[in-house]
Amino acid sequence: MYSQGLIGSGEQTTETPEFLAAFQARIDADEKIEPNDPMPAAYRKTLIRQIGQHAHSEIVGMLPEGNWITRAPTLRRKAALLAKVQDEGGHGLYLYSAAETLGVSRKQMTEELVSGRAKYSSIFNYPTQTWADIGAIGWLVDGAAIMNQVPLCRCSYGPYARAMIRVCREESFHQRQGYEIMLKLAEGSPAQKEMAQDALNRWWWPSLMMFGPPDGASEHSDQSTRWKIKRFTNDELRQKFVDATVPQAQRLGLSLPDPALAWNEAEGRYDYGEIDWDEFWAVVKGHGPLNKARVAARKKAWEDGAWVREAALAHAKKRAARQSVAIAAE
Amino acid sequence: MSEAEEIPLWEVFIRPRNGLAHRHCGSLHAADAEMALQAARDVYTRRGEGLSVWVIPSAQIVASDPQDRGVLFDPADDKIYRHPSFYNIPDDVGHM
Repeated sequence: MYSQGLIGSGEQTTETPEFLAAFQARIDADEKIEPNDPMPAAYRKTLIRQIGQHAHSEIVGMLPEGNWITRAPTLRRKAALLAKVQDEGGHGLYLYSAAETLGVSRKQMTEELVSGRAKYSSIFNYPTQTWADIGAIGWLVDGAAIMNQVPLCRCSYGPYARAMIRVCREESFHQRQGYEIMLKLAEGSPAQKEMAQDALNRWWWPSLMMFGPPDGASEHSDQSTRWKIKRFTNDELRQKFVDATVPQAQRLGLSLPDPALAWNEAEGRYDYGEIDWDEFWAVVKGHGPLNKARVAARKKAWEDGAWVREAALAHAKKRAARQSVAIAAE
Repeated sequence: MSEAEEIPLWEVFIRPRNGLAHRHCGSLHAADAEMALQAARDVYTRRGEGLSVWVIPSAQIVASDPQDRGVLFDPADDKIYRHPSFYNIPDDVGHM
């Protein structure tokens, strides 16, 4: 389950100050906003974009892991990975239906994804080269996603918050599943430990990037915070993730690929090195290792399934027509 | 995309166990009722969440307008005599 700081928002509102103030008062009173409630156009638009990106991330997130289902080392690990990938699909569906309550259609969202216009978490544009990558994704990528998602359970928009509660409940199995894979490899032969270290080296920085641009550069944070869509800043969540993850890496006996990483006694947190934001923006803008392949895979799945959707609808119509003829004949 | 129309939307209700009411848990798209039930099972009950599922075409649900909230529900606010605590009963009567 995967979300990332929202990319490409910056909505302006055009409603009357009275309307906006009344809406803000509801938010400040911690009232949840429900689908048919009056809401500023920009609130609606921001949520459609954020929930849509989040749903797309779940769906695209199935691809790098699905890559290893047939090659999982044991039946136990295969069953677990299959269940995890199925969960990601389910999470995508909860989120699509939450977005649909705001007036966007499933079809519109699917079209945006398969045309390559939609954004999704940039981490899924990296390849899963070894089995250890499945461990690193579960541990780090799902771990980062949980940091992002737990506060979203209290988001001001009811259907999104409710979807996130379901997702978070199912999510902790994912992280434990990944960490267990890493643990097994780290305790294994030197070659297996090396494989775990290599996966950690490749996934660490992209995992930190999952929290989105640094606070100074984030265009929409302020408004989203006032509307209680977002409860913490990107950098706050990133810091929480680093602080939680460093001891877990130490327990594995693996080293994080950051020479600047150090405990800051005064602040009670870990300091970490500079993130390569050029790489982040390049991947977001479509120049990651697998952006094209990911969108192409979704497009192919969608197009290959077209005849099934058409046949199912035709069958449903035929049965409905027969039923109405039978009722008319009674 | 080749299809002109959207596959219908269904609302999903699940009864976690006997003795409890079915509760709304989300929605999904399906061409007909049978497929909606199957999809609801896959999407919403992967961890023993339910013993019974209802699916209802979303278009069939009639809902009150949130704008009418005051008209519909405020009149109940000043009818405190509908609550047991409105009535004064001496303590020595015992629990009632």
